[in-house]
Amino acid sequence: MRFLVLVWNNLKRKKLRTSLTLLSIFVAFVLFGLLCSIREAFMAGVSMAGADRLVVRHKVSLIMNLPVTYGPRMERIPGVESAVHWTWFNAIYQDEPKNFFGSFPVNPEPFLAMHSEYLLPEDQKQAWLKTRTGAIVGRTLTQRFGWKIGDRVPLTSPIWPRKGDQAWEFEIVGIYDGAQKGTDTSGFFFRYDYFDEARARGEGTVGWYFVRVTDVNRVAEVANAIDAEFANSPYETKTEPEGAFAQGFIQQMGNFTTILIGILSAVFFTILLVAGNTMAQAVRERTGELGVLKAVGFSNGLVLALVLAESCLITAVGGLAGLGAAWLFAARGSPIPAILPVFYLPTENVILGVGLVFALGLVAGILPALQAMRLQIAVALRKTD
Amino acid sequence: MMKGETPKPSAVTEANRMSPDDGILVRVDNVDKTFHRGSEEIHVLSGLSLEVPGGDFLALMGPSGSGKTTLLNLIGGLDRVTRGSVSVGGERIDQMSNRQLAAWRARHVGFVFQFYNLLPVLTAERNVELPLLLTPLSKAERRKHVETALDVVNLSHRSRHHPRTLSGGEQQRVGIARAIVTDPTLLLCDEPTGDLDRKSGDEVLHLLQALNREHGKTIIMVTHDPHASARAKRTVYLDKGQLSTEKPE
Repeated sequence: MRFLVLVWNNLKRKKLRTSLTLLSIFVAFVLFGLLCSIREAFMAGVSMAGADRLVVRHKVSLIMNLPVTYGPRMERIPGVESAVHWTWFNAIYQDEPKNFFGSFPVNPEPFLAMHSEYLLPEDQKQAWLKTRTGAIVGRTLTQRFGWKIGDRVPLTSPIWPRKGDQAWEFEIVGIYDGAQKGTDTSGFFFRYDYFDEARARGEGTVGWYFVRVTDVNRVAEVANAIDAEFANSPYETKTEPEGAFAQGFIQQMGNFTTILIGILSAVFFTILLVAGNTMAQAVRERTGELGVLKAVGFSNGLVLALVLAESCLITAVGGLAGLGAAWLFAARGSPIPAILPVFYLPTENVILGVGLVFALGLVAGILPALQAMRLQIAVALRKTD
Repeated sequence: MMKGETPKPSAVTEANRMSPDDGILVRVDNVDKTFHRGSEEIHVLSGLSLEVPGGDFLALMGPSGSGKTTLLNLIGGLDRVTRGSVSVGGERIDQMSNRQLAAWRARHVGFVFQFYNLLPVLTAERNVELPLLLTPLSKAERRKHVETALDVVNLSHRSRHHPRTLSGGEQQRVGIARAIVTDPTLLLCDEPTGDLDRKSGDEVLHLLQALNREHGKTIIMVTHDPHASARAKRTVYLDKGQLSTEKPE
């Protein structure tokens, strides 16, 4: 700590250069934080996926429906504990396409039993069971539209028009929370019986099934059994673990993790050059002063440590401020909740970011630090003459 | 104390055995120093020997390029001999590792440079404090030492000033305060008045004299200025790598 004044004052020597370097590091770490948040938003479905759950969809495409009768048939297959269906409703609020959100008709009791990651108070569950037009809404979605329990919400769906071309009307009877931080709470769930009876077409069909297996070690075997059960039918199925399903869904947009790593690598390489150049210049300009420090007794190792400390300090100030800004931005919630319902900077990414801050400081500073360490005193002192 | 002739190897061994009890603080024995510029070898010092007793104030004069600063650097452990030995206070500094040498410098030597070599980003007191950062002293103890050193050079009132706001003479006095703050045995001054006007130069020389007489510091001062060398107790001349008590023609 006793050398901190020296290190800090050295950074203040060229204020403009230091400020620009700090700014570039700050921007790089803001970008890092935001990209990690976006990645988490896309990958939330994968990380939250239940290991004992399978997703059964139409073999050809997710947009093709399956019969509702498949549920009881699947539950008779050995190894299947329960099967719950979901259907993509594509609700739009107030006829504004931007007011789009994830909405699904489901059977309340099996749905809540299957998805324990959604926390719904018991009285609200009972209200849902009693109310045919009742819907439960995730906490994030209620915040987005300012909804509360008791509100009546008219919705339209371009996929599922209601008989008579009327708007769908729902009464909000419950608000659910997530059991974990990454749980998506931007969904809107309503009763399948109401939906199936009132929709203009497609009665008796559902989008896909979630299947819980009795033994997590038999997931592959059960998946094969399900697909075999419906082979050579008009509605052949493709069954896969929930995590793989979510991953496949994301990969329709491309390999997000690879894209992310590519962008961040380019950014950090550039920042490494910027910070490294700043440190190299700083050491070159201070050759004489480094000679004086050595003359008064600073060892080569201490000089090396001081230059590295300076490099780490500059990346720490810029990088930690950038991470903090990204964290604050993410903590305010998703800027585009319709596309990124789950939006936060995970703790492990913050830790990774802090590690990167210091790694960047060390890598940017190591060459100038070695140069300073190897400096011969007599040669260095001549540079001041 | 200066040896006119090159000592025999046995004399070098004898020098190694000498302790500071014999009154000799600095012993330079049969030293060669060669620099390389590309394939060319430049012999700056050849078989040079010098003894400086404790409490001496020695002026080292000579034409440019004669090796004065090189000799000073060798005595201060800033550079290494090509051949021969350098002992200070009975310790063979030419045999020390870089790490040992750095610790030795911090304990025993104070340097005063021609261009002051203060760190521009630090105040006068922070500059003076620099060598104390290497000691186990507490912040309060360091502050006390710094105040004392600045008081000795009569600059207590300028302690919070940065070098750029000080005159050349004041900057050199801060440089001297930095050199004496650890109470070293030996002060090595390289042209301490070379960048100063006569009045400021006199103040600095007066200060060095006081440090020598009143505080018992041993001082070796490189200078071109006869006026400065006149303040020393004795003067030696260095020319073409050899020492002499007589001013060369």
